[in-house]
Amino acid sequence: MAGLDVRGLSVSLYTRGGVLPALSEVSLSVQPGRTLALVGESGCGKSMTALAIMRLLPEPPARIIAGQVMLGDTDLAALPERRMLGVRGKAVSMIFQDPMSSLNPVVPVGQQIMEVLRRHENLSGRAARTRAAELLTLVGIPDAEARLAEYPHRLSGGMCQRVMIAIAIACRPAVLVADEPTTALDVTVQAQILELLKRLQAETGMALLLITHDLGVVAEMADEVAVMYAGRVVEQGPVDAIFAAPLHPYTRGLLGATPSGGTAGRHTRLADIPGSVPSLAELPAGCAFAPRCPLAHAACTAQPPLTTLAPQHLAACFAALGVPAHAA
Amino acid sequence: MLRLLRRRLLQGVPLILGVIIMNFLLIQAAPGSFLDVMSAESQVSDPAMLEQLRVTYGMDQPVWLQLVKYIWSVARLDFGFSYRQNMPVLDVILASLPATLVLMLASLLIALLLGVTAGVVAAVKVNTIWDNLLSFLAVLFFAAPSFWLGIMLTVLFAVKLGWVPVGGMMSITAANQGVLDVVLDVLHHLALPAMALGLFYAAVYARVMRAAMLEVLSLDFIRTARAKGLGRWRVVLAHGLRNALLPIVTLFGLQFGTVLGGSIVVETVFSWPGLGSLMLDSVSSRNYPVVLGVLVFSSIVVILVNIAVDLAYLRLDPRIRAR
Repeated sequence: MAGLDVRGLSVSLYTRGGVLPALSEVSLSVQPGRTLALVGESGCGKSMTALAIMRLLPEPPARIIAGQVMLGDTDLAALPERRMLGVRGKAVSMIFQDPMSSLNPVVPVGQQIMEVLRRHENLSGRAARTRAAELLTLVGIPDAEARLAEYPHRLSGGMCQRVMIAIAIACRPAVLVADEPTTALDVTVQAQILELLKRLQAETGMALLLITHDLGVVAEMADEVAVMYAGRVVEQGPVDAIFAAPLHPYTRGLLGATPSGGTAGRHTRLADIPGSVPSLAELPAGCAFAPRCPLAHAACTAQPPLTTLAPQHLAACFAALGVPAHAA
Repeated sequence: MLRLLRRRLLQGVPLILGVIIMNFLLIQAAPGSFLDVMSAESQVSDPAMLEQLRVTYGMDQPVWLQLVKYIWSVARLDFGFSYRQNMPVLDVILASLPATLVLMLASLLIALLLGVTAGVVAAVKVNTIWDNLLSFLAVLFFAAPSFWLGIMLTVLFAVKLGWVPVGGMMSITAANQGVLDVVLDVLHHLALPAMALGLFYAAVYARVMRAAMLEVLSLDFIRTARAKGLGRWRVVLAHGLRNALLPIVTLFGLQFGTVLGGSIVVETVFSWPGLGSLMLDSVSSRNYPVVLGVLVFSSIVVILVNIAVDLAYLRLDPRIRAR
């Protein structure tokens, strides 16, 4: 099975106000059976990355201007749309943040699962129906046969997300992109959905690109982590290394702003990151995090390169690199 | 479903009652009566004779009593008597009804086919030359009065090109021909009036469809459908269309009544022998029983069509079924 290898992916938004860099040289890689968590604040480009991989960017205004999305030997970024239709839902699938609105309200869920089976697996009516019921059972929906006829509004959010997962894994994809799959769900349901994803991954060996802003989910699920800020990957590495020894001041800020469970943290104030994410139209020259960064110095007016600083652990920060202020 | 049907039918009764009372009083308030026209046409001026006619037709009675009698007779499906045609109003209406139904259905079919197609194409190709062209045509046909459009169509296709007849519903010679020939002959006559009436509504449907489709295409489940690897048109037709059709169905129900009204102009322009022509004739000859009958009859039709629309909604949107 092939993993996913994103290399130097850049996406620009062509707006009336000018060309905005939505993604700049994003590089990621997820191996079969592994989970990469993509974390960052709202608007940092996580979902944009996912949509670019799926080639579902709203075009216009968005356009991939550089980079490759390698699935095995195929560059998805360069595929013509007609061949991309054969990839979506088959080799690469995606689930979304709001399961209730992600299903067509006027079509029974069974039909919505069968549709993808008919599209890619060439299954006819009865066979597609049987397989759809199997998939519903697989994602933990009891009484699957009867549920095929249900409309989405009759199911809970958790159930809808299970249906979405059933659609996504129907053709045994090599890569599953999960864009905030549990954000809209209750905490107890979140845990169930994450467990389900883990189990399915173990059974199928698919690579999982998990987009989240919840570091608890990251700790639970991920093997590797990529931290994004203002359309760039600023730190990347094994999950243990990122949690134990974050290199980028933004990652440290994110970890500091996360409430830890238990009694230890009860009386300590959460550390917030001052300021807010800059808009794409007003990105500062150099490191986009510099205006909010406690360690910013003169060198930070240049763009810091993503550099390997520990085994498999990369960061894009002059302070972490040990570059003195006068070097720039 | 049956419960809803019964409830809607019951709700329709006071509505029809209101329509009857309103129209009855409006017509009472209008000047003149068919007696004036009749007496003028047959040059009767004897006051005693006129008084006797008034008594014969119950016009000497107080208005409220006439109203109560009229409501009572409508309840028994008796819409009164037309002195001009010398037959019951219901028979007069039923004689003109088929022509109007054919015209209405043809024009609504044209409106739905052209309007929905144009709206879908404009939404999918939004902000392109196709969208601009279709939107321009929609505004044009929306703004053009149907009598003017009718005259223009007649001048071009009937007078200049001679493709279709200028007016009427069938050729005089059609009576002694086979069924198929008659059908073809009627369709031949139908083309222009159906276009004149249908293009206006096609324009309305196109505008509504474009807006509805644009909104639906921005929803999350459309992205899901694309993530399944479905092609663009398959996404639009299988997932977009059914959701975007809901406002069209509503509009269809509302417009059914105005199509009846709008056809007065078009039927007159094309001398189409339907309810519209009947209405105009009856108004000019002060044949108020027929005027009132057509009004009440079309109100009943509109109410029934709207009940049908409600039921269609149930079929289209499962979320309403749940309530």
